[in-house]
Amino acid sequence: MTSVLFDVPGPKARRRHRIIGGLTILALVGLFALAIWKLYSEDLFTAQNWEPFVTPVYINVLLEGLMWTIISAVLAIAGAVVLGVVLGVAKLSDHRIVRWPAWLFVEFFRAVPLLLLIIFIWSLAGYPLYTIWPLVAGLVLYNGSVLAEIFRAGINAVPSGQVEAGYALGLRKTAVTRIIQLPQAIRIMIPSLISQCIVALKDTSLGYVITASGLTVAGREIWRTFGNYLSTAIVLAVIYIILNLLLSWFGNWVEGRINRSPKTVGNDAARSTTDLEQRRLDNGSTVGGPV
Amino acid sequence: MDVLVDNADLILDGFWKTLQLVLVSGAYALVIGVLVAVARVSPVGVLRGAATVYVTLFRNTPLLILIIIAYYGMPDIGINPGFFPLITIAMGIYTSTFIAEALRSGINGVPVGQAEAARAVGMPFGMTMTQVVLPQAGRLIVPPVASVLIALVKNTSLAGAFGIAEATFRMRGLLNDHATDRWWIFFGIGLGYVVIVEVISLIAYLIERRWKVVTR
Repeated sequence: MTSVLFDVPGPKARRRHRIIGGLTILALVGLFALAIWKLYSEDLFTAQNWEPFVTPVYINVLLEGLMWTIISAVLAIAGAVVLGVVLGVAKLSDHRIVRWPAWLFVEFFRAVPLLLLIIFIWSLAGYPLYTIWPLVAGLVLYNGSVLAEIFRAGINAVPSGQVEAGYALGLRKTAVTRIIQLPQAIRIMIPSLISQCIVALKDTSLGYVITASGLTVAGREIWRTFGNYLSTAIVLAVIYIILNLLLSWFGNWVEGRINRSPKTVGNDAARSTTDLEQRRLDNGSTVGGPV
Repeated sequence: MDVLVDNADLILDGFWKTLQLVLVSGAYALVIGVLVAVARVSPVGVLRGAATVYVTLFRNTPLLILIIIAYYGMPDIGINPGFFPLITIAMGIYTSTFIAEALRSGINGVPVGQAEAARAVGMPFGMTMTQVVLPQAGRLIVPPVASVLIALVKNTSLAGAFGIAEATFRMRGLLNDHATDRWWIFFGIGLGYVVIVEVISLIAYLIERRWKVVTR
């Protein structure tokens, strides 16, 4: 294996790598043992801490929380895609009166912390308990604004020859956007869309702060009953990690399919420009951020 | 509008706390992130594996749950250096995974041929690094690291839910006390965050422009 940093290692380097590897394993095992011992000596492994996660009643509480989390995430993404398309197209409008407000809207909602937005919407709604819609509304506004940038870049990435061909056939701008640019842009953008889904899924955990039904609020019910903060939080973390890994695995699968699909074969140029546009988007206008 | 002027001291105090959170957890994130990135690009398989597991675990856990583990879980098992350190460490660990990924992609963004050419003309490792690889990687990592820091600024709002009196915490208090001026309060404090975010983008832009390679 060769990389920017090192060449194929010779016998001496291989020995050195084995020694470092061995030391790392030793250190990791030591660290792991220390953590287990610490947890053991603080009675984390007692039945009382883990009992709720094998009790059907509390498993149901968690499953219901999981259901609400998934519902919130799905609603949020669906709404965000719609808002993102509208804002993305508006940002490319010929009319200044459409372009400027869309630009302002996107810049503001991308830069404001999601939690601030959610708490504000919650307060407007009069602090309702166990309702997901303030959370969903906040997620839609935030992710919609992030997606608007992605959509705009995707639309711009469609080769200009396609657009010119559309105009040459006598289509108007609306038709060119609707029939030529958007369908291709969406295909190009699916990978970024899925990574935004992961962000939205993680952000549903913020429902905790406004008691919106979901995994974190379900977890709170459990630790309020049993006082087992650490074990409940670890269980929640594991659930989220599994969900996110499933989603990213699905994203990779879809990306692979798109890249192999005959429909995108002629689009090599388009895809490489998207990558560039995407890089510029991730890099240049820094407001969105991956977190 | 008046509510913002009348409570300017509270709000500025909140943003000062926000900045403190950003600085402290940003410092943790940079230190841990550099170490993890070094492990992730090292030739030693075990180190790479361990760093990959670290990144996968902490990147896919919501920050809120990491903070809950730190805030409720750690004192439970007798680790309690105070709430501010606990929360900043949780945010630092979460952010470090993104820093590590940004650094790694920066280093991987340097074409392999560059390093091979350096080695071919006989440059030793240290010189290859300082003269060829790192200057190019440095340019590549400025924008993604800036966007990670911006995300961190926004993420510090979570500390407000755990009793740290930062800007979002202040907004919550003001929303309770001045229900009629909600929109002013929201836009005022939101604008404060926009300013911080824009300052970071501006700094990143200036650094990028300064380091720009002039090709002719």
